[in-house]
Amino acid sequence: MIRIACPFCGERDHSEFTYGGDASVVYPPLDAPAEDWAEAVFLRENIRGMQAETWHHVSGCRLWLIVERDTMTHEIRSVRPAHPGIARALGINVEEEA
Amino acid sequence: MSRYSAWSVFKNGLTGNRGWERAWRDPEPKPRYDVVIVGAGLHGLATAYYLAKNHGVRSIAVVEKGWLGGGNGGRNTTIVRSNYMMPGNRFFYEHSLKLWENLSHSLNYNVMFSQRAHVSLLHSPAARDAAARRYNTMRLTGSDGELWDLETLRREIPHLNYDNARFPIIGAAVQRRAGTARHDAVAWGYARAADSLGVDILQNCEVTGIRREGSRVSGVVTSRGEIGAASVGLAVAGNTSRLWQMAGLGRLPIETHKLQAFVSEPLKPLLDHVVVFGVGGTHFYISQSDKGGMVFGGDLDWYKSYAQRGNLPIVQDVAECATSILPCLGRVRLLRHWAGVMDMSMDGSPFICRTPLDNLYLNAGWNYGGFKASPASGWYFADLIANRRPDPVIEPFDLGRFNRGLNIDERGAGPDPKLHG
Amino acid sequence: MSARRLIQGGRIDREKSLRFRWDDRVLSGHPGDSLASALLANNQWVLGRSFKYHRPRGIMSAGVEESGAIVTVGKGDRRVVNTKATMQELHDGMEASGQNAWPSVRQDLGAINGLFSRFFSAGFYYKTFMGIPPFEWGRGTGMWMWYEKFIRRAAGMGNASREPDPDHYDHVHGFCDVLVVGSGIAGMSAALAAAEAGLEVVLVEQDWEPGGDLLGQYGAEAERRRQGMVQDLQTAGVRLMLRTTAFGLYDNGVAGLLERVTDHLKDPHRDLPRQRFHVLRARQTILATGAIERGIAFGNNDRPGVMTADSAGLYLNRYGVLAGEQVVVATNNDSAYNVALDLAGAGAEVSVLDARARIPGRLSELAADADVNLRNNCTVMKANGANGIRSVNVAIRSGGTRSGGTRSGGAWKAGSRQDCDLVLVSGGWSPVVNLMSHRGVRPTWNADIACFLVPEPHEGIRMAGAAAGCWTVNDCAQSGLSAGRAAARALGREVTIVDAPAPGGWESPIRPLYEVRIDGWKLKSLVDPQHDVTSDDVRLAHREGFVSVEHLKRYTTLGMATDGGKVGNVIGLALMAEALGRDIPEVGTTTFRPPYTPVSIGALRGRSVDTHFRPLRRTPLHDWNLAHGATMTMAGLWHRPWYFARDGETISEAYVRETETTRRAVGLCDVTSLGKIAVQGPDATEFLNRVYTNPFAKLPIGKARYGIMLRDDGIVMDDGTTWRLGETEYFMTTTTAHAAKVMAWLEELLQTRWPDLRVHVTSVSEQWSGCAVAGPKSREVLAACVADGAILDNDRFPFMGVIETELKGGIPCRIARISFSGELAYEAYVPSDYGPAMMDLLWAAAAEHDGCLYGLEALGAMRIEKGHVTGAELDGRVTLEDAGLGRMGSENKSYIGSALRKRPELLREDRPRLVGILPRDRSQKFNAGSILCHPDAVSGLGEGWITGVTHSPSNGHWIGIGFISGGHEAWDGKTAIAADPVRRGNVEVEIVSPHMYDPDGEKMHG
Repeated sequence: MIRIACPFCGERDHSEFTYGGDASVVYPPLDAPAEDWAEAVFLRENIRGMQAETWHHVSGCRLWLIVERDTMTHEIRSVRPAHPGIARALGINVEEEA
Repeated sequence: MSRYSAWSVFKNGLTGNRGWERAWRDPEPKPRYDVVIVGAGLHGLATAYYLAKNHGVRSIAVVEKGWLGGGNGGRNTTIVRSNYMMPGNRFFYEHSLKLWENLSHSLNYNVMFSQRAHVSLLHSPAARDAAARRYNTMRLTGSDGELWDLETLRREIPHLNYDNARFPIIGAAVQRRAGTARHDAVAWGYARAADSLGVDILQNCEVTGIRREGSRVSGVVTSRGEIGAASVGLAVAGNTSRLWQMAGLGRLPIETHKLQAFVSEPLKPLLDHVVVFGVGGTHFYISQSDKGGMVFGGDLDWYKSYAQRGNLPIVQDVAECATSILPCLGRVRLLRHWAGVMDMSMDGSPFICRTPLDNLYLNAGWNYGGFKASPASGWYFADLIANRRPDPVIEPFDLGRFNRGLNIDERGAGPDPKLHG
Repeated sequence: MSARRLIQGGRIDREKSLRFRWDDRVLSGHPGDSLASALLANNQWVLGRSFKYHRPRGIMSAGVEESGAIVTVGKGDRRVVNTKATMQELHDGMEASGQNAWPSVRQDLGAINGLFSRFFSAGFYYKTFMGIPPFEWGRGTGMWMWYEKFIRRAAGMGNASREPDPDHYDHVHGFCDVLVVGSGIAGMSAALAAAEAGLEVVLVEQDWEPGGDLLGQYGAEAERRRQGMVQDLQTAGVRLMLRTTAFGLYDNGVAGLLERVTDHLKDPHRDLPRQRFHVLRARQTILATGAIERGIAFGNNDRPGVMTADSAGLYLNRYGVLAGEQVVVATNNDSAYNVALDLAGAGAEVSVLDARARIPGRLSELAADADVNLRNNCTVMKANGANGIRSVNVAIRSGGTRSGGTRSGGAWKAGSRQDCDLVLVSGGWSPVVNLMSHRGVRPTWNADIACFLVPEPHEGIRMAGAAAGCWTVNDCAQSGLSAGRAAARALGREVTIVDAPAPGGWESPIRPLYEVRIDGWKLKSLVDPQHDVTSDDVRLAHREGFVSVEHLKRYTTLGMATDGGKVGNVIGLALMAEALGRDIPEVGTTTFRPPYTPVSIGALRGRSVDTHFRPLRRTPLHDWNLAHGATMTMAGLWHRPWYFARDGETISEAYVRETETTRRAVGLCDVTSLGKIAVQGPDATEFLNRVYTNPFAKLPIGKARYGIMLRDDGIVMDDGTTWRLGETEYFMTTTTAHAAKVMAWLEELLQTRWPDLRVHVTSVSEQWSGCAVAGPKSREVLAACVADGAILDNDRFPFMGVIETELKGGIPCRIARISFSGELAYEAYVPSDYGPAMMDLLWAAAAEHDGCLYGLEALGAMRIEKGHVTGAELDGRVTLEDAGLGRMGSENKSYIGSALRKRPELLREDRPRLVGILPRDRSQKFNAGSILCHPDAVSGLGEGWITGVTHSPSNGHWIGIGFISGGHEAWDGKTAIAADPVRRGNVEVEIVSPHMYDPDGEKMHG
């Protein structure tokens, strides 16, 4: 069981969350060309090691989180809300964390 | 290669089994080969075998960082079937099943392919109609498939949960030619047969770099030295992205996830078929091995991972599924559970294709269905490498398909690797 | 063979007798006995049969490593197969029986396999059984499958029940600061140290008594020490969990524990779970899991009457059972001496054959004092006897070094025969590092004490005691203290760190001895006795190139049996190392997988079984529907009305009537399961405009709009209506199937992609009950129910209009004029608790118009007539154009999926498009799931497929919808074949527009 320290709810089992995906993906503007969208939607760095990824606390506060986690050891380095405004409201300095 | 047979077993038994030869050699790497296949898993070994056998290539090395057959080939739940319906998949998997049917004879190695029927339980008229589409497509393309009504199913498998199930069983979609095989034997059989055709299988030989010369590769750097190659084929499952990046090729439509597998203590015969259960967001499959263990599995662990070990939520989930369809399993004990890492693709379908580099070829993206695919995967990958063009059957399995808008998506799950199977 | 219960000694309650049945024999034991000790006390030796050769098997150990006494406990649907008799607590009335044998384990016809064992070497089955013998002629799988039938019957161990497991199981979730596994002296010391530092400690013990090795030591001193420590644990507030196995360690300090609650009880209370599966989240973990004694591979080392030395000590001191009168102890280390002395003290005639050249002075003196016959440079080469032991052949160390290396224990020559009835073996000790292995840690070989160790802590997990290679009681205590303190320090407690003792502790070093092999002797020595893996099998694997430990394991099945390789793995490694001419560390070790000991699948599933396998979702109208005659069906996790049969109607009769009534008058349908999402905020309009393919920027307040969402890749995700309730407030509906997915998707977009949008989304699916009111009389019905019927006038409330109003009785209500059936229709939503009240009102009004209730079957019939798509069509592979909804894709804005929906393959004209399907001969029926083919080529992948069919009351014949290449325009005037080989065969069909009922929508708009 991976234990994820949700900034809103506290440390919880990963079974309360759903895994989103690679948080480093930058989705292009909606009017960007199809090639840009294809890259964002279909291509992955697929890091073995520490990666930033999104998780959704779906059975909890329903925050989308950005979790830095090692994909080999499952060790978690940091957890913060994906939404910068929510992060600020919880007193998490987004710039510093990022 | 000395032939295996009842006669050879008898003869060697009389002489203390001292006459058996090595199943494969342990050669030193040569400086150069015509073809270097990276990854001595089922796909890599099968590729080497068919390159030698079908295409007469004589200078082939298969390089493997650990021991041959040690990846998903030795970690899966051994199910062989061809109940795919999408263009692209349909003919590929049917060819694979046909190869399976004679694989023991072709390799002179008993891979124990047992066509004990693959039985997908159905729980609603809508699911039956969806299955009918799939199995009709199979029938119309020369495969077998049938729908069992409840009465037939009860007769065939009397101890399923017919009376007290959350999702009542109404029948099953069945492929009788499908079944299970002995997974390790497939790796060993291909390795032995390939070796006998002169293929060098280099174990404990980890690729640490790929030598590039412009738009070509000239060889691989390994823990046992540099090995030159006229062509290089990658068949490394969960580690595809890492090799791809070694070749300086950037990103792939692949994410690495892990899948757990489970085996119970050995039991006297309890289940003759492969039974599949998928409703209400679950996915579960179970069969009984010849040794008597109930072999089963379910979904991915749902998060990206390169770790070959699983976590408890899926353990619970598969236990729930197991006892929900076979309530007698409650008192049966789980003996072992383990995990393998899968290269999950963006549409759940594989890649057997050329790459941006002229003489580098890719075999990847098998999700968690690679076991059954291995004979055809080797067959067509060998053909691709030998002839430098894809056979029409595997033309859809290229990297450009997403840009073209071709999704070979059997589940209709969309570009989210964890949702495929 | 003469095992017997002594008249005194042991921890059993001699005042009470427990009667139990072993096969056809009724025997007795005492409280405190294990099944194994009770069987031994009754001098029962042949308790099992091995997997392949059906060799007789007796008790080989006293613990989890048992490979011989594997039996079936219980009867009928309560029987548990493959139970290790050594781990089963005896209770009165227990029924145990032998397995993998016929007619019984004592006389087993399967033993004939042993005669052919020379042919049944490792992996022989890969070399034959392919075709017709002797040269494997033929093709296909037929011959193999013929052989396989017999192989399967011969394989397997216990015969499990096919009846449902009658017991129930619980799940428990727990937390603690420190988890200590194992209550031996190290574990208790560790737990005490951690608890004294103020930490919350859980100590789990797989046995039914705490104490570990202390339970098997002779004398009052050990017992005093044990009781004192247990008392201290209680005082310190340690939670001690007995009969509980930590079977696996998972990420982030999570342990899986199995607690056996009733397996030791004769008549457990029916409310008690049989077992509990605990998920324990520990911040630090200490593994004081002990060590397991290894055997030595000598001839017939698997015969009943050969057991580990330590277990004989345990049977004597814990259970008061003397396992033999004439005992030979073969050892290569100091640990077996205590056992020898104890057995001699109990009256046995004991010989110790020590493989070492020099024997520690103190030990030889003690042996002499106790009349123990002691020989150095000796060991056992072969045990004699069929179902028990009559004698052993002694092996004597020979001077020279035999060619082929000495790693497995040197060179031996045959010595004399020595009579005995019990052979005890100690080939060294293997610390239980299994749980560390679960964490991906590779143990390292310690050549000094000849075992694998994990010396460094990992992820807050530490080894202590014998599990850390400490062999003496005092070292174990200190090792535990050290680990307990270190865990406390890791958790920030101010404690003094204590050094861990160095591994080892014997007076004189162990001399590794794994196999006794003598030239000219054919010895059948087993490495894995349960799976019949012999030393020769290991060498055969080497000869054939299966030299990696994983290949060795898989080729020979070494370590794959129910003991998980606890006994045989190290010997197998040593033999392979010898064959390769390498050291053990170069050969490596296999990875131990969870569970440590096998775990009931029932315990892992807990209460999620049968009808509780998954939650059942019921709408607030559930009871109302049932009271009004609904037959329910599954829709995902939901129960929804399928049809409302009247007077013995069949489902077909019922849905046709419901459809006709709705189309003629009015029908009511529970639509509560649709997903409902409140979309609120200043940027809600912009948000919806980006999410939906069609324009939402100008939707007026008080209007609803049908919208389609795409995935990023341009494929249709979901559809539904969204109602504008105010300037900044919308009410979105989704399909039942995708309600949760759409909600999560909207949250993802808002939180990760568009954090600048000021929008909040809230799932209100469970806040509102919904009812569709459909049919020409629907306006009248609704008008009779709302406070002010005039608001429903066509002018004031046109098609796609939305109002918020009250039903009679002050029930708040929101209504939209939307139609799935194709009739004049409304969807009315009230706060959930008002659902039944709304239905009462609507139903009373509908009755006035001879209306009906309708279910999913009629809903499906009407939507097929109308050509409306559902999940059967929107299957995750379909584009807007495929679904005939191309006009829904705005060209004037960008939205999710707008870029990728324009990829070339998705725009091909020949893609399958949504169509209607009619049988050419109108009297014919056809099926959903049929493949649409060109009449010239009823084979191949086909031109399309059918997704839904119904008998159309409006048309009076069967109709369907589906997809076909190029759409209905391309098939105008042509015939297609609906091929359904899995059911009914082929039907000729016409392809038409999917809008087969009121194509211009006059009725909805009317």
